[in-house]
Amino acid sequence: MNPLSRLYYSSHKMWKSVQLYLILAGPGIVVMVADNDAGGITTYAATGAKYGFNLIWFLLILIPVAYYVQEMTVRLGAVTKRGHAEAIFDAFGAFWGWFSLIDLMIVDWLTLVTEFVGMTAALHIFGVPPWLTVVAVCVLMGVIVLNGRYWTWEKITLLFCALNLIYIPGAFMVNPSVHDILRNGLIPNFPGGFNGQLFFYLMANIGTTIAPWMLFFQQSAVVDKGMLEKDIPWGKFDTFLGSILTVVVAVFIVVVTGTVLHGVDIDDASQAARALMKTNHWVGAFMAIGLFDAGLLGAICISLASSWAFGEIFGWAHSLNTKIKEAPWFYASYFFTLITAGLVVLIPGAPLVLITLFVQVVAVTLLPAALVFLILLLNDKATMGEYCNTPSQNFIAGSIVVVIVVLSTLYGVSTLFPTLFQ
Amino acid sequence: MPSQLKRFAGKIREINQHYAKPRIEMSGAVKVSLMALRVYLLVLVALLIYKFVLLVR
Repeated sequence: MNPLSRLYYSSHKMWKSVQLYLILAGPGIVVMVADNDAGGITTYAATGAKYGFNLIWFLLILIPVAYYVQEMTVRLGAVTKRGHAEAIFDAFGAFWGWFSLIDLMIVDWLTLVTEFVGMTAALHIFGVPPWLTVVAVCVLMGVIVLNGRYWTWEKITLLFCALNLIYIPGAFMVNPSVHDILRNGLIPNFPGGFNGQLFFYLMANIGTTIAPWMLFFQQSAVVDKGMLEKDIPWGKFDTFLGSILTVVVAVFIVVVTGTVLHGVDIDDASQAARALMKTNHWVGAFMAIGLFDAGLLGAICISLASSWAFGEIFGWAHSLNTKIKEAPWFYASYFFTLITAGLVVLIPGAPLVLITLFVQVVAVTLLPAALVFLILLLNDKATMGEYCNTPSQNFIAGSIVVVIVVLSTLYGVSTLFPTLFQ
Repeated sequence: MPSQLKRFAGKIREINQHYAKPRIEMSGAVKVSLMALRVYLLVLVALLIYKFVLLVR
């Protein structure tokens, strides 16, 4: 074969691989980018404002953490063709099943409220009243799911994922010091020493990286997409790419607030957007648009995670490939969680801060259980066969799960007792 | 409405019967993990109750 033919052959093969990936891409990227939800954006903005670039190294560590946990859901979904809720019911019985399902419903609903809080706060900056944001979001999310095709839903959601990259041009516009980013950000360090406040921020960043709904969502999405065992390598690649994207976005948010708002106390991302607008209108506007997009992506995924889980257990038709007539309960539960969460934000004097704090507490009751079940299910040779966890995968995933469980529990407990780590 | 509630209760019973027995092999590791989860959840619930009592006081 001459060099020209070889070049043609290899480029043709590569193009075929890209085409195949584009068909299979989706669940991994969507779940990872949606992980940067409204709460996540607030955490990253506050981290940058508090510690500048000094904790970027810690964010980079979260790439393998997120990947190793989420890739297990890809294998489990592709092999068993079951969502996480159904897998728990089947393997561990009704007690643990109901515990997980009810806990998931509560966590998802509370998280959905926080997404609406983020979205309404973001668009309020542009003068949009909260009621209009809630109505527009419900209509938009209705249009996205009611087309009756998983593929269309996924591609529209991927467009919103692309919008999440808006923080990258924002970071370039504030002219950060690359030298400072490399010097302070990439070398592990604990600014001001390892104290209670820094520990709280580290826990918050871990807490926003792995959320219970992500496990349920990705496994159900893999099943609804119809991925098979042979698609697992692409699913893992998709998850890896997503985990890089989510951390890249987080790093750029830290760069923006670390450059412009270093030393300013940030309570939420909309406050950061307003403060940024005073320095550079467009950067502040990008922060607000990004916050709205993050809330929307979170809302899209979280409401689906609940509906899929309910459909699996109650035996309802529960696929985005079905029309509303074919799966009325699936869509009813989707809209019920969505609309009720949106309405809570519109209630004057609703305890939104309490809800935001309560999410962390309820999440730590579900996250350890969901993660432990995940590892046990991945070690079930009778079901997983050759896709069972290897000893090295067990060691890595087990270590990550232990660290996540300990840190997220401490985070949840510190939410209950705020002076514990001070 | 009552008939719908009855049907719903029936569905719950059906699910409980269907998933009555855990399918996974109850090896030592599985038993220890489930026991650790129970203890963990009990501690969390105790903390929540303690916090609630503090708030009420």
